[in-house]
Amino acid sequence: MTVTTPDRPQVAPESATATTTYREAVREAIRAAMRADDRVFLMGEDVGRYGGCYAVSMGLLEEFGEERIRDTPLSESAFVGAGIGAAMAGMRPIVEIMTVNFSLLALDQILNTAATVLHMSGGLFNVPLVIRMATGGGRQLAAQHSHSLEGWYAHIPGLKVVAPGTVEDAGGMLAPALTDPDPVLIFENALLYNREGPAPDPERPVDLVHAAVRRPGRDVSLITYGGSLHKTLEAAEALEQSGISAEVIDLRVLRPLDTETVLASVAHTHRVVLIDEGWKTGSLAAEVIARIGERAFYDLDVPPARVCSAEVPLPYAKHLEEAALPSVERIVAAARKVVGGG
Amino acid sequence: MEPLRFIAEDGARADPFPLSPEELTRGYREVVRARVFDERALTLQRQGKLSVYPPYKGQEAAQVGAALALDPGDWLVPSYRETAAALACGLSMSQAILYWRADPAGWRYPDDLRVLPFYIPIATQLLHAVGVASAGRYQGEDWVALTFIGDGGSSEGDFHEALNFAAVFQAPMVMVVQNNGWAISVPTEKQMRNPRIADRAAGYGIPGVVVDGNDLAAVWHVTREAVARARAGEGPTLIEAVTYRVGPHTSSDDPGRYRSADAGAAWLARDPVSRLRAALEGLGVWDDAREEALRAEIAEEFAAAVREADAAPEPEPQQIVEQVFETMTPDARAAWEVLRRG
Ligand SMILES: Cc1ncc(C[n+]2csc(CCOP(=O)(O)OP(=O)(O)O)c2C)c(N)n1
Repeated sequence: MTVTTPDRPQVAPESATATTTYREAVREAIRAAMRADDRVFLMGEDVGRYGGCYAVSMGLLEEFGEERIRDTPLSESAFVGAGIGAAMAGMRPIVEIMTVNFSLLALDQILNTAATVLHMSGGLFNVPLVIRMATGGGRQLAAQHSHSLEGWYAHIPGLKVVAPGTVEDAGGMLAPALTDPDPVLIFENALLYNREGPAPDPERPVDLVHAAVRRPGRDVSLITYGGSLHKTLEAAEALEQSGISAEVIDLRVLRPLDTETVLASVAHTHRVVLIDEGWKTGSLAAEVIARIGERAFYDLDVPPARVCSAEVPLPYAKHLEEAALPSVERIVAAARKVVGGG
Repeated sequence: MEPLRFIAEDGARADPFPLSPEELTRGYREVVRARVFDERALTLQRQGKLSVYPPYKGQEAAQVGAALALDPGDWLVPSYRETAAALACGLSMSQAILYWRADPAGWRYPDDLRVLPFYIPIATQLLHAVGVASAGRYQGEDWVALTFIGDGGSSEGDFHEALNFAAVFQAPMVMVVQNNGWAISVPTEKQMRNPRIADRAAGYGIPGVVVDGNDLAAVWHVTREAVARARAGEGPTLIEAVTYRVGPHTSSDDPGRYRSADAGAAWLARDPVSRLRAALEGLGVWDDAREEALRAEIAEEFAAAVREADAAPEPEPQQIVEQVFETMTPDARAAWEVLRRG
């Protein structure tokens, strides 16, 4: 099996309108950050000449040169560790890891150092490092290439974990991530790279603090993030057709969680479904439900529900993979059940 | 490769000799400081006044010799074993006592001290050294990073990744392997097939040097050359300092469980401290009066450090959540309130 460049597109022509793709939004955010700040540099596997395995950094080598768009040896632990060291010594590195599955080779660096050095140095050394990686399934890349482990990372105090689900966030979250003194992990769901949407507006910067209400509603709160956001919005649309008004909350920031926005939504819908591409057991969905249980138990009219990935290594075959991932149909069904309509 | 040596076990100096009498005297002073700190720290630990402490008896010259090769502005990236190197780089004895007393005040080094925290996950620090070294290049600084690892640590993947990465980017760093014969209970011959760790440098296309780690002059000399090469843009060097861990792995270890009582007997004759003193006496720049004065001065330094450390205020429980993120998150703030109320 050759594992190379899933859905690697041609470079899209410069768009004159205010819409762009998720991929281009990330690229332009990197470009803007590098133009604005000499301390910012990008490193990772194939980020230079090749333009990144999802073509995010295409064209940046030409503008910024090899020092600042740095192709590294195949060494996840090394380039994450070196990014940490560089961040402690005054730089603002952006490290790209091909996918979350391969970030596991750098887990020691991320957990034992990036997330602990501030504590271990009594506040002296921040690690202002940004690590970007692709996550998620749906591209038939099978069991070692498709997982959604952002919930694991959100387990770790000391890390900020974000999952841009919109084009605006894909581009907008990088700048605040780079100015954040703490290490920030950005999870880019690989199915989103080709998605088009309104471009980030420099006049309206986004934050790394709040969840967003992507669609207001009355009857049920559908809480999700990242790659599941669009499926959830589609499900909300379908529910609307049958008279169910669903509110869609995009968590955006998986750590620290914006519990208040979640609770505010539950307080007026009284019903909740979590949609999370991670595995159900020990998932981020479980954490959100636990928080609702702790602080808003009596706001709930019915027990909460979850739509997560099947608890299996992600299958290779298309229809089997689809069966394993959250789908619009499963979200609609779960919402109907919670609302009492099905 | 035979280990390079300039001072024989009886103190006889090779000709030519790389250090001036003043340098040798300074080196001796630091080595005695390191020895006194180590012995007394272990005693404090036995009295219940330090937490777990990793002694370095027998390895003073390997650490001090390398540390003295640094200039102001250079960085030390140590592991738990390197308290002697940190002291030689300017860490105060009181700070080191507080550190190993597990007092948060001990973790917070002075702002201008370019010494990273002692790392515990074996070999992880090597990659931070690569990053720190590269960060200097990016910022037009000519600093060099000095990092340490043990013989056991040379089996870790990060050891290889760090050497390869540093070599590819010609990072201005020096890696000293203290080959002290043991990784807790595992002797070097069970750790590796080729016991000459410096040989591995060739595999990465960088210089490798093996040196008598109990000879301060030799360690200082080879590290100074390596630092000069790094600063001149000629890349990293791997130095193997052959030494011996005379004491236990840590204060919690009982070496009697895995090595005979006389296992290190031959090494006592190679003691780095007495050897250096003999060399100084051979030069005619040392005598009993000077020795007595030095010992008295260092004893007072240690006593003052203990007084200072004892006067440090008790840490408050709520401090534990203050340095997880730069700014406390809402969850951390809530935990802080609870801890403060006790
Ligand atoms: C990644 C990792 N694995 C295991 C340990 C537990 N451990 C602590 S020290 C040590 C031995 C290290 O030996 P060596 O590298 O030779 O250094 P020395 O302790 O002799 O200075 C081990 C296995 C650890 N701290 N980190």
